[in-house]
Amino acid sequence: MRIFVLFCLACCSWSAQAQLAEADLTLQRLAQQLAVASYDEKSALISQMAQLPAERKKPLLEALASNSLYSRESDQRLFVIERFKPGERIQAFFYDESLLIESRRQKRDFDKIGINNAIRRTLSSELALMEVSSGSDQQRRLAAEQLLKSPQDIDASRLQALIAQESSPAVAEVLGLVAALQQLTSADSSQRLAAIKTLQRSLYPQVRVALVQHQGRLDASNPLQAGEYQLVQKTLASIDQLQQLNGYARDLYFGLSLGAVLLLAAIGLAITFGVMGVINMAHGEMIMLGAYTTYLVQQLMPAGSEVSLLVAIPAAFLVSGLVGVVIERSVIRHLYGRPLETLLATFGISLILQQAVRSIFGPLNREVATPEWMAGTFMLNPGLELTWNRLYIIIFSLLVLVLLAWVMKRTLFGLQMRAVTMNRPMASSMGIRSGWVDALTFGLGSGIAGIAGVALSQLTNVGPNLGQAYIIDSFMVVVFGGVGNLWGTLVAAMSLGVANKVIEPFAGAVLAKILLLVFIILFIQKRPRGLFALKGRAVEG
Amino acid sequence: MKKAVLTRASKLFAVTTLAAGISLANAEDTIKVGVLHSLSGTMAISETTLKDTVLMMVAEQNKKGGLLGKKLEPVVVDPASNWPLFAEKTRELLAKEGVDVIFGCWTSVSRKSVLPVIEELNGLLFYPVQYEGEESSRNVFYTGAAPNQQAIPAVDYLMKEVGVKRWVLAGTDYVYPRTTNKILESYLKSKGVDAADIMVNYTPFGHSDWQTIVSDIKGFGSAGKKTAVVSTVNGDANVPFYKELANQGISAEDIPVVAFSVGEEELSGFDTSPLVGHLAAWNYFQSADADINYDFIDQWHAYTGDDSRVTNDPMEATYIGFSMWAKAVEKAGSADVDKVRQAMYGMTVPNLTGGMATMNANHHLSKPVLIGEIQADGQFDIVWQTDGEIKGDAWTDFLPESKNIVADWTAPINCGNYNIVSKTCGSAVAAE
Repeated sequence: MRIFVLFCLACCSWSAQAQLAEADLTLQRLAQQLAVASYDEKSALISQMAQLPAERKKPLLEALASNSLYSRESDQRLFVIERFKPGERIQAFFYDESLLIESRRQKRDFDKIGINNAIRRTLSSELALMEVSSGSDQQRRLAAEQLLKSPQDIDASRLQALIAQESSPAVAEVLGLVAALQQLTSADSSQRLAAIKTLQRSLYPQVRVALVQHQGRLDASNPLQAGEYQLVQKTLASIDQLQQLNGYARDLYFGLSLGAVLLLAAIGLAITFGVMGVINMAHGEMIMLGAYTTYLVQQLMPAGSEVSLLVAIPAAFLVSGLVGVVIERSVIRHLYGRPLETLLATFGISLILQQAVRSIFGPLNREVATPEWMAGTFMLNPGLELTWNRLYIIIFSLLVLVLLAWVMKRTLFGLQMRAVTMNRPMASSMGIRSGWVDALTFGLGSGIAGIAGVALSQLTNVGPNLGQAYIIDSFMVVVFGGVGNLWGTLVAAMSLGVANKVIEPFAGAVLAKILLLVFIILFIQKRPRGLFALKGRAVEG
Repeated sequence: MKKAVLTRASKLFAVTTLAAGISLANAEDTIKVGVLHSLSGTMAISETTLKDTVLMMVAEQNKKGGLLGKKLEPVVVDPASNWPLFAEKTRELLAKEGVDVIFGCWTSVSRKSVLPVIEELNGLLFYPVQYEGEESSRNVFYTGAAPNQQAIPAVDYLMKEVGVKRWVLAGTDYVYPRTTNKILESYLKSKGVDAADIMVNYTPFGHSDWQTIVSDIKGFGSAGKKTAVVSTVNGDANVPFYKELANQGISAEDIPVVAFSVGEEELSGFDTSPLVGHLAAWNYFQSADADINYDFIDQWHAYTGDDSRVTNDPMEATYIGFSMWAKAVEKAGSADVDKVRQAMYGMTVPNLTGGMATMNANHHLSKPVLIGEIQADGQFDIVWQTDGEIKGDAWTDFLPESKNIVADWTAPINCGNYNIVSKTCGSAVAAE
């Protein structure tokens, strides 16, 4: 009986072996050489493998590119190992064999087939070549753009065949550029001239690099090359001109997005400091609590990380808002009209909150995942790619501002809030419970800081020190914009953001910040109440 | 009147000797190990781990019966990321607690603040973090990398193996990046790199808006020459920096970033899949394939009760420092600072990457240099390493002011900054 089973097993493996196509056998032979090859030999092996019509080359190269291909020392069998964790099963690549990992030490039985950046580039261009002929137009265009990075690695006749059968004009255009980049190094000068003409209006950074390199190869004083040299120079000049426009657009976008971050951070403070006049040093910690709430929400719903950010917005508002109300009722309400004591007390609260978070969550930063729809860039033209997350944050900050303005102007609570700030005794005698309005106002400001924390968790570290980085900036914006004025806060945040980003390229990040602070100090000397000063009786109070 | 002062002085003297006697009596029961790492404030993120490492090593040593038949007793203080407090806490550890050795500090500024106190009271400090060099104190052993054990080999790797011709030196604006970049700039120029091919950029601590800088780097890299970024950006600013790199689509194949302050722990705060292939240079990576390293990782997981905790280079430096100190105490037969110091020279213990670490007379270690590429799981894949161990150089040869300076704490030189030309000790003071 046992012999029979063994025989059957042998039969199965024999037939499985037989089914391996000829090409797959070659693929296997080449792949097994990878384990002992040097980095240069690996490059050569990969190019050979990519030429094979084998069915399994794509998953193999993908495993190699993602650094998860291993070779077993004892028999050189290849394994794909995503993670080396006890309790997980790993699968042999060409054989029907799987293994259970029992201990981390087993890793010593396997040699990782290491790759470096040069090989990674070869692999990604080979994979791009495979992908350029399959998938959606969008994916194929991305694959074609990948080819721009290393045009010399691609076989010219293969590329021409791809262009000939290409149906989408967008993909064909990019492939045409790849071909032109190849022809730049051709010995035939008419081909080179045609290539330069093709490249004329392209803004891809790789095109500019190739043209600069080509210009270096040409000799301007040689009459045979002078015409070509000038053509390259003209092309480069026109590209640079367009790129300069792109540069302005980019600086503006960077400035607006920095402004949006400043706005988000400052908007809550515009309520607590601007409207109520509380110098709230714990404002940054409200932002931090919001960011930690985002982290917790993501931990609670790991499956729905795409929507968890949306859930986190109300959650962060509630958490930070509640903490704000508690702080107001327990500490700040006893200190109204004593700014110095308020400052010290809230500074103490900020330290307490920081250390509390450090004790509960530990001193290490927490990972907040970025949902798919916020990652990456969108392309306005090939020379100008802007990041999605910043765009969402700009829109989000404006939404928050509009919502807040609506609450202040159009709701009963907003009316009471404004009444209490303008004339407390009068408001009280009209039957408004000014104590509760104070608490809720402070809670509102803190809650909005919490919302800012949700947005900031996408940009920076979620750690106990998160808030400290934003407290000075927030005060700067509120004071500059004019205390007690939401629109002033918007204008101040945006203009400070743009000014910072315009100065930064030539002054450096450190000096840009110093210049802005000096400017604000001078400005406050001239207009102590900021950009948009409130007029009338409220100012006297 | 004079007599009164004298009697008061003698009374005071009597009281202090008494106090010293009491602390001496205490010291005989145990050997005290001071731990001077910030447990609160900005640096807590990095330093808490090192405190745990020391405590783990102490517990391990006590399980083996302690040292010289005495138990080790850890004394943990919290200097709270506050530089002057580091000096105060050092004084407290040495004068009040009477510790025999201190493991501590992370930032250079904290070490500089401890220096006068530890020299005055003749204490012993093991400093476990890579730093800018240009220092060798009689009372400090530097178990992290000097610039020639991290920065220079990393640049060599990029130059020779990757073919980099254009360099961005990006750092946080304080002493370590500034000195390291000064050294690197003069090293690159000595290798024939044109000044126009070097871009230097500093950012404030905790810088969070990297849009402009990353896009500048992108622009600098599109000049037709292979470009790399050498990053001495510190701690918290790294996450937004890398996030921005990923967002603007700068992949390691185009412009690799090699970092000197980013290790496994810094990467544990975010998703590294867009960063695969960016580099770091250290003397240790958790992925090092050595039995002793697997033991260490198991021990760390068992100690913390969390098998997702990572290990990193400063932990290895702490491990080496502690094992060397323990061995030196046994060799000297005493925990006395001067005896231990003498026993340290030439001391060899295994490092965690499968080699041996040796303590040199300039108070710096000989260690291997490893280059790792970031993986999607937050670990590093070692792609290159030096043939053997590199001897740490306290005073770099690439700056004119320290070219002629050496440190040697053994006879006959016995000096931390000895000028080999004028043959004098302490004549030249390096830039700080």
